[in-house]
Amino acid sequence: MQKRKSVRDLRIGESGTICCLNDPEMSLKLLEMGCIPGTPVKLNSKAPLGDPITIIVNDYTLSLRLDEAATILLK
Amino acid sequence: MAELIHPEEKIEIKTTVTKPITKIALIGNPNSGKSSLFNQLTGLNQKVGNFPGVTVDKKTGICHLNSHQKARIIDLPGTYSLYPKSLDEKVIIDLLYNQQSDLYPDLVIVTADASNLKRNLLLFTQLIDLQIPAVLALNMMDVAEKDGIKINMEQLQQDFGVPVIPVNARTGSGIAALKIVISQQLPVPNRTFYQIPADFSGLIKQIRQYFDLQTDYLAWHYAHQYKNLTFLSETDKNFLSDLLEPYQFSSNSLQASETINRYTLINELLLDSVRVEKADTNEKFSNRLDQVLTHKVWGYLIFFGVLFMMFQAIFAWATYPMDLIDEGITAINNFIQARFDGPLINLLTEGVIAGLGGILIFIPQIALLFAFIAILEETGYMARVTFMMDKIMRKFGLNGKSIVPLISGVACAVPAVMAARNIDNWKDRMITIFVTPLMSCSARIPVYTVLIALVVPEKYYLGFLNLQGIVLMGLYLLGFTAAVLSAWVMKLILKARERSYFIMEFPVYKMPRWKNVGLTIIEKVKAFVFEAGKVIIAISIILWVLASYGPGNRMAQAEQTVQQQAQQNNWTPEETSLHLSTQKLEASYAGLFGRAIEPVIRPLGFDWKIGIALLTSFAAREVFVGTISTIYSVGDEENIKTIKEKLLSEKDEHGQAFFTPARAFSLLIFYVFAMQCMSTLAVVYRETKSWKWPVMQLIYMSGLAYVCSLIVYQIFK
Repeated sequence: MQKRKSVRDLRIGESGTICCLNDPEMSLKLLEMGCIPGTPVKLNSKAPLGDPITIIVNDYTLSLRLDEAATILLK
Repeated sequence: MAELIHPEEKIEIKTTVTKPITKIALIGNPNSGKSSLFNQLTGLNQKVGNFPGVTVDKKTGICHLNSHQKARIIDLPGTYSLYPKSLDEKVIIDLLYNQQSDLYPDLVIVTADASNLKRNLLLFTQLIDLQIPAVLALNMMDVAEKDGIKINMEQLQQDFGVPVIPVNARTGSGIAALKIVISQQLPVPNRTFYQIPADFSGLIKQIRQYFDLQTDYLAWHYAHQYKNLTFLSETDKNFLSDLLEPYQFSSNSLQASETINRYTLINELLLDSVRVEKADTNEKFSNRLDQVLTHKVWGYLIFFGVLFMMFQAIFAWATYPMDLIDEGITAINNFIQARFDGPLINLLTEGVIAGLGGILIFIPQIALLFAFIAILEETGYMARVTFMMDKIMRKFGLNGKSIVPLISGVACAVPAVMAARNIDNWKDRMITIFVTPLMSCSARIPVYTVLIALVVPEKYYLGFLNLQGIVLMGLYLLGFTAAVLSAWVMKLILKARERSYFIMEFPVYKMPRWKNVGLTIIEKVKAFVFEAGKVIIAISIILWVLASYGPGNRMAQAEQTVQQQAQQNNWTPEETSLHLSTQKLEASYAGLFGRAIEPVIRPLGFDWKIGIALLTSFAAREVFVGTISTIYSVGDEENIKTIKEKLLSEKDEHGQAFFTPARAFSLLIFYVFAMQCMSTLAVVYRETKSWKWPVMQLIYMSGLAYVCSLIVYQIFK
C-alpha cells in the first residue's frame, strides 16, 4: 500500500487539499473544527521544538500535535 | 454550614410564584465572545454554582430585560458541537436533553464569531434541529468588516429562520436590541438542517415514543449519547442499548457524515449571504507577531520575562495589601481582647478571626495572579505559551497548559491549583493539581530561613555566591524535581478517561477586555473566600480547641506550677506569661498529641516539641516559626537571630547540642515535601469536588516527606 502524504509532511508555507481523515475517533474533533475533505489547508508554523504545529484551514489558525496532523491525509 | 442566599435570589424565588422567569442558555464556540456577552448581559449579578447532578460548576446570572422583566442567563461551556468531547462540555447535553431539568432553557442565545462564520454555524444548526427557540448573536462584526467580509443579515435571517442580531460584546453595542428580541415570546424554528438517514426512522420513532421527545433530532442524540446522559436511569439505558442492537448503529461514522453533511449545507447557504472582498489583515498581523512571540529564542525569553514580572508582582506588590490585612486582623483582635475576656472571646479571636485572617491574607495574591492569567488569556498569549511548552511537558504526563499552575505554585499553591482549570483534559488536570503543591511556595521561606541559618555557615564562593542562598535554591529545585517526577509516575498509574489531544484554535491577538478581567478576579476571589474559607475556619477552630484545652485539670495544674515558679524566681509578668503559654501548650491536647506521635517521628530525629510544631503548622507552614518560638519560650518571635540562639543552646538528654546538622536537614527536607497547608487541601477539594484527591495528596506528600527525612537523618546522624 502506498503511503499517502499527510499534513504532517507539509513544509512551512506549503498548502494541500484535505482528502480524508484516517483516525475515526480523532477525525470527529477535526471535522468539527472544519477539517472537511475538499478543504484547502496550509502549514503555517511549528512550535520551537518542532511539535505542535499550526495550520490554516477555513481562514483561521488551528494548532495540533504532529501525531494528530498525521491523521489528516492530503489529495 | 449555612448557605448564603443572594438578595437577587430572594427576588427570584418570589417572582417564580407569580410568573416564571425566562431561562436563557448562552452557548457558542470558544473564543466567540460568549463570556463577554454574558458579562454584558448580567454585569455583577452573577453567581457560580453547581448544576444539579453535575460536578462542574457553571455560572448563572440575572439579566434585566426591561423594567418589569427579568431573565436568568445560564452560561454554558464553550463548545464546537453538541457531541461533547470533554468532561466540561458534558454539562451541555445534560441540560439541553433533559426537558424535565430545572434549568431547561426557554430560549438559547447562540454567539457566533462573524469573522469565522462557517465553523461557528455548525453548532448553531445542531441547536436549531433540537427545535428550541433561538437567537443568533453575531459577534465581532467589526473584525469581519475589517477582513472584508460582507454579511447580508436579512438573507441570513431568512435562511436560518431565527432572529439574527449583530452585537459587539466588547463595546456593548447591539445588546439593547438583543434584550428586546429575547424578551419576546419566540416561536420554535420552522426548519431543520439535517435529515436523519431513513434506515433509522423506525429506531427514532421508538425512542421518541418511549421518552416522549419532541423532535427526531433529540431522539437521534439519545441514540448517540445515552451512556453520557446522567439523568437517564439504568433501565432507560438498557432499553436504549437493546433497541440499538439490531440497527448496527455506528456512532462515530454517523457523527462524521452528519458533520460533513452540515458543513456542505452551511457552505451552500453562506454563498447567498456572505461575500468576502479582500484577504484578511488581522490574521496576518497575528502571524507576524507570532514569528517573534513563538520564536525559538525570543519566544522563550519573552515568556521568561512575563513570568518574572508575574512573580515580582506576587512577591513584591502583594506584600503591601497583605501587610495591611494582617495588621487589620491583629488590630481587630487586639481591640476585642482588650475589652472582653473568656473562652468564647478566645475562640472568636484566636480561632475564628485568626482563621479568617489566614484566608483574607491570600486575597491580594489570588487577585494579582488571576489578573495576570486573565490578561494573558484574553490577549491570546496563553495559547502561544501552551503551544511552546506542550512537547516538553508531555514527556512528564503533563500538558502545555500545566506550566501556568506549576510556576504559580512557587508563590502559593492555592491560586495555582485554581489556575489548573485552564487544562481541559481530565487526566492532565488531575496530575497537575496533584503535583503543584510540591513546588516550594512562599510560606516555606520562613521555615527555610530559620533552619538554614541554624546549620549552614554564611560562606561566600567567588565573592558573590552565598552558600545559604545556594542551599535555598537547592530546596526549590528539589521541590520542582519531585513535582515533575511525581507527575511522570502518575502518568503511568492514572487511567485516562478521555484521550489526550491538543487540537486547539489559535486565537488572533486582541486587547484584553478589562471588564472580563475584573469580573474574573472577583469571581475567583469569591470562590476562594466562600468555598475554601468554610473548611479553613472549621480546621482553625479545631486546632484552637486542641491547643487551648487539656484533659482533666492538667491545664490548671500547669498554670499553678508556673505561678509558683514565677514567685520563686522573681519572673517579670512578661516572662511569666511566656512560661505559662509554654507549659499550657505542653499540657494541652496538642501537647499530648506531640508526645503521642514522638515514637513515630523519633527516627527522623524529632522530639515531642517539634511534634507540636508539626501539628500546629499543619494549618499553614508559617505557623512553624511561631510555634517553635512559643515552645522554646523566645520572647520576640520576629527576630530570627534570637530563635537561632535559642535553638543552638537547646540540649538533648546527653547534654549535647540538639539541633545537629542532621536534625536540621531532616526537618528541612520534611518541610520541602510535606503537605502542610490546609488551604491547599481545601482548594483541591473544591476544584476536584471529591475528598479522594486531597486525602491522596496528604498521604503521598507526607509519606514522601517521612521517607526522605528518615533517609537524611539516618545517613547524617
